[in-house]
Amino acid sequence: MLDKKHIGHKFNAFTTTVEAGKIRLFCKAIGEENEIYSDEKAAKAAGYRAIPAPPTFLTAVTNDDPDKGGLLRLLNVDIGLILHGEQHYEYLAPVHVGDRITCQSQVMDIYDKKGGALWFVVSETSLKNDAGKDVAKARGVTVVRNPNAGKA
Amino acid sequence: MANAPKFADVKVGDEIPKIVMPPISRHQLALYCGGSGDHNPIHVDIDFAKKFGFKDVFAHGMLSMAFLGRVVTGWVPQSQVRGLGTRFTSITWVGDVITVSGKVTAKREQGGEKVVDLEVKCTNQNGQDTLQGHATVALA
Repeated sequence: MLDKKHIGHKFNAFTTTVEAGKIRLFCKAIGEENEIYSDEKAAKAAGYRAIPAPPTFLTAVTNDDPDKGGLLRLLNVDIGLILHGEQHYEYLAPVHVGDRITCQSQVMDIYDKKGGALWFVVSETSLKNDAGKDVAKARGVTVVRNPNAGKA
Repeated sequence: MANAPKFADVKVGDEIPKIVMPPISRHQLALYCGGSGDHNPIHVDIDFAKKFGFKDVFAHGMLSMAFLGRVVTGWVPQSQVRGLGTRFTSITWVGDVITVSGKVTAKREQGGEKVVDLEVKCTNQNGQDTLQGHATVALA
């Protein structure tokens, strides 16, 4: 169903700025009430140089891609057929409100299980700050359901 | 965080404080759609979810992963978190009550720091794990 020729494909890099309002909404959604995520004074009092991005807020950073949905278009997969299989973050430097982050993603692997009923797409994203320093590495596994598997 | 745990005081097998989340609501999924930038309609549009064979909308896996982040940053300051990852092992439905827990699985050194590894997970009201994850935190 999926074409393994896309292994190694690199997506266009993009740069986005970490916004306080977006972090507030993210925290409201996840029930996070620690004021370091909403109040700059509280963040500074806790030793942060500005409001920190919560650990999984990096998903909002990588989702801010102006070419959003590029993976699904590359693979020609309908968004209704995907599930999230795995997600891993390695944190290398802090990310705060106001930081400009450049994201670059690449398809690392594509494989199937259950006779092609499920396909797995492994992608990795590097996140760098304006100084060019790696702030995080993200690795995700997207599962694609193939409703036509086993049908001749 | 004045009472952050110290490396010397932590033992393999120690459990970290749990969080029990309020039942997952449709409103929460709408907020997370906007907050995360994951606009997949399968999480907020029941017509779309049914079209693709699901009985209802279901929670973003990354919403539950954010709960894993919360259980870890409830134990140590976020500046000490070095890694967080998970497998999404079953679907989280509207109304599910998720308990987030973690325990220490290893103590070691990494990059010149003392770190501990944690097993972290989300479990639903039926005792089924929805996320099976791991975290690494640096401790003084």
